[in-house]
Amino acid sequence: MKPLKTTNEFVIRFANVNGTGSWSANLLFARTAFRMGIPVSPKNIFPSNIQGLPTWYEIRVSEKGYLGQRSNDVDIMVAMNPQSMAADTKTVVSGGYLIYDNTKRLGSHLKRDDINYIGLPLTEMCLREYEDPKLRLLFKNIIYIGALAALTDLDFEVLKNLISDQFKGKERLIKPNIGALELGYNYAKEHFDCPLGIRVKATNKTDNKILIDGNSALALGALYGGASVVGWYPITPSTSVVDSFKKYAARLRTCETTGEKNYAVLQAEDELAAMGMVLGASWMGARAFTATSGPGVSLMSEFLGLSYFAEIPAVLFDIQRSGPSTGMPTRTQQSDIISCAYASHGDTKHVLLIPSRPKECFDMSADAFDLSDQLQTAIIVMSDLDLGMNDNVSEPLEWDDKREYKRGKVLSEDDLEKMTERFGRYLDKDGDGIGTRTLPGTHPSKGSFFTRGSSHNAYAAYTENSDDYVECMKRLERKWETAKTLVPKPEIKRKEDGATSGVIYYGTSDYATQEALDLLEQEGHSFDAMRLRAFPFNKDVEEFLAAHETLYVIEQNRDAQMRTLLMKECETDPAKLVPVLGYSGRPITAQEIREQIEDHLNIKKKKAA
Amino acid sequence: MSYINPQFRHPCSNTNEIGCTRKDYEGVISTLCAGCGHDSITAAVVQACFELSIKPHTVAKISGIGCSSKTPAYFLSQSHGFNSVHGRMPSIATGANLANRDMIYLGISGDGDTASIGIGQFVHIARRNLNMLYMVENNGCYGLTKGQDSATADVGSAAKGGIPNEFAPVDLVSMALDLGASFVARGFSGDKEQLVPLIKAGLSHKGFAFLDIISPCVTFNNTPGSTKSYAHMREHMEMTGKVDFVPEEAEIKVDYKPGEMTDITLHDGAHIRLNKLGDDYDPQNRRGALAAEEKAKEKGEILTGLLFVDPESHDLHDVLGTTTKHPLRNLDEKTLCPGAKALEAINETSR
Ligand SMILES: Cc1ncc(C[n+]2csc(CCOP(=O)(O)OP(=O)(O)O)c2C)c(N)n1
Ligand code: SF4
Ligand SMILES: [Mg+2]
Repeated sequence: MKPLKTTNEFVIRFANVNGTGSWSANLLFARTAFRMGIPVSPKNIFPSNIQGLPTWYEIRVSEKGYLGQRSNDVDIMVAMNPQSMAADTKTVVSGGYLIYDNTKRLGSHLKRDDINYIGLPLTEMCLREYEDPKLRLLFKNIIYIGALAALTDLDFEVLKNLISDQFKGKERLIKPNIGALELGYNYAKEHFDCPLGIRVKATNKTDNKILIDGNSALALGALYGGASVVGWYPITPSTSVVDSFKKYAARLRTCETTGEKNYAVLQAEDELAAMGMVLGASWMGARAFTATSGPGVSLMSEFLGLSYFAEIPAVLFDIQRSGPSTGMPTRTQQSDIISCAYASHGDTKHVLLIPSRPKECFDMSADAFDLSDQLQTAIIVMSDLDLGMNDNVSEPLEWDDKREYKRGKVLSEDDLEKMTERFGRYLDKDGDGIGTRTLPGTHPSKGSFFTRGSSHNAYAAYTENSDDYVECMKRLERKWETAKTLVPKPEIKRKEDGATSGVIYYGTSDYATQEALDLLEQEGHSFDAMRLRAFPFNKDVEEFLAAHETLYVIEQNRDAQMRTLLMKECETDPAKLVPVLGYSGRPITAQEIREQIEDHLNIKKKKAA
Repeated sequence: MSYINPQFRHPCSNTNEIGCTRKDYEGVISTLCAGCGHDSITAAVVQACFELSIKPHTVAKISGIGCSSKTPAYFLSQSHGFNSVHGRMPSIATGANLANRDMIYLGISGDGDTASIGIGQFVHIARRNLNMLYMVENNGCYGLTKGQDSATADVGSAAKGGIPNEFAPVDLVSMALDLGASFVARGFSGDKEQLVPLIKAGLSHKGFAFLDIISPCVTFNNTPGSTKSYAHMREHMEMTGKVDFVPEEAEIKVDYKPGEMTDITLHDGAHIRLNKLGDDYDPQNRRGALAAEEKAKEKGEILTGLLFVDPESHDLHDVLGTTTKHPLRNLDEKTLCPGAKALEAINETSR
């Protein structure tokens, strides 16, 4: 058996027990590699549980920048959980490594002759070094990180600095942590031929990059975008959007002298109320948002319809997880596409923004508030657990201090004072389908109107007149056309000589798609590619659809939901839209994408023969 | 919405302190059934706002869905109104209030809207002590969907169909008291003399003012078998006291016999004068109020008047620590946006 040899291109997975503090230890590995200039994508695969169930943490290290899931296999398995050890052992590639606690002897059923075993007496070391059982548990994780540093050639100085940064303000914790790292490091140096064939080497591929989770980026976008009211209800994986917003707002939106808050965050009784609060605040003229996941979207639907029909701004962050129903609450998916695009009864549709990276989360979040004010309707930002809760390599976040909020058509007191004609809230004066808002309390005698979800005429008066109703519905369609000109365009990459086939993908399928396309290219198959970034689809999307004979639509749900949207909204021939799907709850892998496209190409070839 | 029409001023209509006439507080013509209790409540709201000299545009009127929830269109046409969705008025009011603490919030709901579909939101708005007046126009039935029993219908009470209700009623007044509402009162649509001062007091109160108003549905519930009919109310009404609302500007009359009344100073300096009928009724005693309500129910009486008030309570903004300088919705971009430099510092910590 030949041990694997690879530098800066591998997958390491940690198998731990939930609630043992392993996450922050494992993150040290990822951040050290990142600081050494190597792109990483750490993914936390955790159960819906507080303590006791198996949890995994996986880091793809890739200087080439392939930061999606490669496949289900790993090169190094750090197997710290006896519960899952049998299954974990099977996922190691031939020639790969299994790192385990050899305080107890390894069961014979865990022996494979095509992988390498590295035993560390972790329990024994902890028993010897620490009195407190809690410390024994915590430092066990730090010790194996120290050992890995020696085994994979992580820069030990960088690792130590990271510890110092992490415990800034809690200095007394620095020394024991570094001590634990050294314990593992020295043990490995003494007992193994360090470094192994699988190792890291410093490079410059993360210069000027940051490592941040998508939910923090969304929260920062909302803070910078001027959101001041938040109504929310806890649900994984969206909760950290609001936690981050609170954290940053406490620091950056609080009056330094009085301690008064220039924002309000209220935990609602449920998602219905959360969305109601957002609509109430937006109606009153504040920028407001809520964050949720699929089950919350279901509950918010009635209010989303009100937002559409009464034309009230709202920003909703949907951090998607595996459905249906409660589904797999801590696993990822892109399966709320249809439920969000058409949330609520009647002819209702909503604008969706779909980020792929943290930087895009930040930008789209801030933009969502502009768009929502301009279009006077709900904007739903479609992230997912993979992007939201994992640290992702990203371009740094940027803000232009010259940027001004676009508040859309809102009449000020002065505007109203000068106005001589009768105010009509839903009059479409310039043909873009968007009327002019007034905010409560603006003017003593002009501009008041009655907001309602029942049918209304251009003057916001209740009506059951069919002509008025139809006119209103047609105007909302004109507004939808306007939305197409305002939402972000897709990102299109065409082959120089123009391929006849293309792939369409969005959100977190980005990296895995890039990798799969490179692999297919090596086999002689080339494709044009389009990353969707918004719904409704604009004319670039339509053109891309028209220009290709076959289009692979890559997404992370069972029912090919985006494909359905493309079929319906662009009137594309369904025969040319081939679904490529990964919906296991794990992020879609490059391997899954490649295999499905290859299968389809083979069928086509057979048919042609 | 008729500001460009020349205003016709009735020769004998009085103006209030800010020069407004009663007409300035009216809305579009009601489309409810003739004799509907809800219309009397609308008239009481108009009178209360007129008498308080409220600037109409400083009021936000918010409702759910139902005949009752339609009424905000029938008063204060210079105010912005929001007829939202069934049972969800509280969350809309909460969001609006968070965005702008300087408006006067008037929420209108029905017993279906509040005690059934919206009971969750009602519970939470009461316990958060949102600064608003929350009125339930309570007819014991679903008027708009044609007379089904609501959750406030009393056991044995029969609507037009004649079948008596079998389920225990939700008593919103007890609930509000129990949940910590800082102002709890009950009125009757047919008793304007008591209702107007209660509305005025509720509008002036800082914190969550809950006002349950028995309001007979003439079409579906004004039957001999109904406990929310005009006849039943007139026979079974028991007042906690004669309520008189005195804005701070007015001189307070002193010709009441001591021991017969309690003056309560509200947050804005106005007083509520409560003429005590009961021997030892204390409107600042929550437990006492709950006990009085229980006792009245046992006797088959309907207690009306101001049952409880805490003029010193902390409203939601006090608890959240929201800025008192400006309403959140008025904050400028400089205050809202931390700027590029702060973001660079955040980037720095993410490496
Ligand atoms: C989600 C939803 N369910 C049902 C309805 C139908 N609906 C309209 S009004 C109403 C009951 C209103 O009763 P109440 O609040 O007591 O008002 P009232 O008409 O008696 O004044 C119902 C069930 C609705 N509008 N929305
Ligand atoms: S149905 Fe009843 S509640 Fe509705 S308007 Fe008529 S009388 Fe009033
Ligand atoms: Mg009712």
